[in-house]
Amino acid sequence: MAKLLETHGLTKRFGGVTVIDDLNFGVDEGTLHCLIGPNGAGKSTLFKLIVGRHSPTAGSIRFRGRELTHLSTAARIHAGISIKMQVPGIFPALPVAQNLTIALQHRLGRAETRREVERLLDFVGLAADATKPAGQLGHGQKQWLEIAMAISLRPTLLFLDEPTAGLSPDETFRTGEMVLALKRDGMTVLVVEHDMTFVRQIAESVTVLHFGRVFAEGTIDEIAANTAVQEIYLGSTGHAH
Amino acid sequence: MTLRDIPVLFNGPQTLGRGKLFWLGVAAVIVAAAIYPQYAERFAISNTAYFGVWVFMALGLGLIWGYGGMLSFGQTAFFGLAGYAYGVIAINLGAAHSYPFLALICALAIGTAFAAVLGYFMIYGGINGVFVGIVTLSVTLAFATFMNQTAGPQWRIGRARLNGYNGMTRIPSLSIDWLDGHRIRFEGATFYYLVLGLLVVTYLALRVLVNSRFGNVLVGTRENPERVELLGYDVRRYQLGAFTIGGFLASLSGALYTAWGNFIVPASMALPAAAMPIIWVAVGGREDLTATLVGSFVVLYVFQALTVVSQEYALVAIGALLVVTVLIAPGGYVIWAVDMASRLRRRAGPSPPLSDPALKARTQRG
Repeated sequence: MAKLLETHGLTKRFGGVTVIDDLNFGVDEGTLHCLIGPNGAGKSTLFKLIVGRHSPTAGSIRFRGRELTHLSTAARIHAGISIKMQVPGIFPALPVAQNLTIALQHRLGRAETRREVERLLDFVGLAADATKPAGQLGHGQKQWLEIAMAISLRPTLLFLDEPTAGLSPDETFRTGEMVLALKRDGMTVLVVEHDMTFVRQIAESVTVLHFGRVFAEGTIDEIAANTAVQEIYLGSTGHAH
Repeated sequence: MTLRDIPVLFNGPQTLGRGKLFWLGVAAVIVAAAIYPQYAERFAISNTAYFGVWVFMALGLGLIWGYGGMLSFGQTAFFGLAGYAYGVIAINLGAAHSYPFLALICALAIGTAFAAVLGYFMIYGGINGVFVGIVTLSVTLAFATFMNQTAGPQWRIGRARLNGYNGMTRIPSLSIDWLDGHRIRFEGATFYYLVLGLLVVTYLALRVLVNSRFGNVLVGTRENPERVELLGYDVRRYQLGAFTIGGFLASLSGALYTAWGNFIVPASMALPAAAMPIIWVAVGGREDLTATLVGSFVVLYVFQALTVVSQEYALVAIGALLVVTVLIAPGGYVIWAVDMASRLRRRAGPSPPLSDPALKARTQRG
C-alpha cells in the first residue's frame, strides 16, 4: 500500500539536544494510525515538523510523494493535511456555526456552506448549540467543534493531536466513535495520543516513538504485548493499560 | 445575485442591527442629516462636517482594531501624511480647475501607500499583539517630531512652506470643475454634503466588507490566528488588507480635514491626537461599525463642548471616560446599551431577543 505521509532521515536538533533522530516513519493511505510514546519521545516536535511550525535540521517529509519541508503551513493545508491542535483552537467569541462557516467558505458557496455547517454540527452533536458563542461550550464540545473544523476541509490526512486531552471517559468514547466514522468514510487519520484506552478503541496500527526514533510498530495488540514498550512507557514491566 | 441577496450583503454576524426597524432608523438619520443644513446656522453646519471628517478614521481603526485585533496608533500618522500631502500638492498646483480634487486623490494614494508599506513590513515581519501599538505609535511620534522641526525657510516643497510647529496654512479648499466649466467649491453646506455622502458610502461599504468572507476571516484572525492559518488562510494577507483600508480611511480624514480648515499642524499627529481615535472607538464599541460611528460622533461632540470651557480639563475628562469605559463597559457603551435593551425585552415578555447570540461575548470582552 502507498505511503500517504512518510519521513526519511528526519532530524531536529535544538542546540545540542536531538529531539527527532534520523526518523523514518510512514502512514498508509486509508488507515487509522496512532503515534504514541512517553513524555519527551518527540511526538510534539514531530507534529510541529509536519505542520510546518519547525523546520527540520535534516531529512525530508513527503506527503503524497511531494516534499513538504519548504512549504508554509497554509500550503500544507492546501495540499490535503488538516490539523486539530491539542488545546482547542476555536474562535471563542463567534457563534459555533460561524466557526464552521469560516472553515468552509473558501471552497463552498453560501447555500452549500449552510448545508455543510448543519451536517457537520449534526456529526459532532452540536446542532443545538449552533448560535451559542463557541467560548461558552464545554471543553469536550470545543474539542469536537475543532474536529468538525478540521474535517470540514475534506482532508486526505486528518492529523489529531491528543484529541481526548481533558475529556471524560464518555466524551473520550464518543470522540473515538467520530474518528472511526471518519475512517470508514475513507479518511486517513493520524492521531498523537496518550490515552491507551482511546488508542485501543480506534487504532489499526501504532507507532511507538522513543528518543525521537521509531521504537516499535505494529497492531495495538502487538504493541500492548511488547514488554520493551511497557518498560519505556511505565518504567517497569507493568501493563500498558 | 438576485434582489433578495442584497440585504444579505449588508447584514450578518459582524454587525448589530439588521431588522427593518434598524434600517428604517438608518434611513431616518440620513434624511434628518440631509435636511439639517436647511435649518442650521453656517457655523453649526461646518462644525458638524468637522465631526464627520474624523469619523472615517474612527471607522478605519474599528476595522483594524475591533475586527482585526490590531491596536494601531498609526492612524494619525496616515491622517497627518495625507493632510500634509494635500496641502503641499494643492498649494503647488493652485486652486484652478479641478487641481484641489487631484490633490485629494494624490494625498489619499500617498497616505494609503504608506499604510500598506508600513503594514507590510510590520505584519510580514512577524510583529503582532502589543508590538503593533508600539511600532505604530513610534512612527506617528517620529513623524510629528520631524514635522515640528521644519520651521526654517529651507523646509519647502516647491511653493509650499512646511512651517514647523505652526504648520501649513492658506491651503486651498476642495473644488472641482464639471465638464461644462461650472465649479463646485466644497465649503460650508456643500462640504457638509460631501462628508455626509462619503460617510454613508463608507459605512455601507464597510458593512458589506465585514460581513463578507473577508470579514469572517478577519474576525477569525482576531480570535485565533493560528486556527485561521490551519484552515489554509494566509493570515497576513487579511491583516494587511484591513490595515491598508484603515490607512486609506485615516488618509481620507486627514485630507478632508486639511481641505476643511485650510491648514494642517504637527500637533494633529502628537501623542494626545494619536490617543484620541482609540478613545472614540473604545467608548462606542470597537467591534461594531454602528457603535464606532455613533460613539465617535458623541465623544467628538462632548470633547469639543468641554474644550470650549478648558482644553486641559477636556483632555482629563476624556482620559477619565476611557478609564470608566474599560471598567464598566469594556466592549463599549453602545454595545452595552443594546445588550441592556435586549435583556430588558427578554425580561418583559416572550418576544425574541433583540441582539445576536455573540453580543454577550462582545460586551464582556476587555
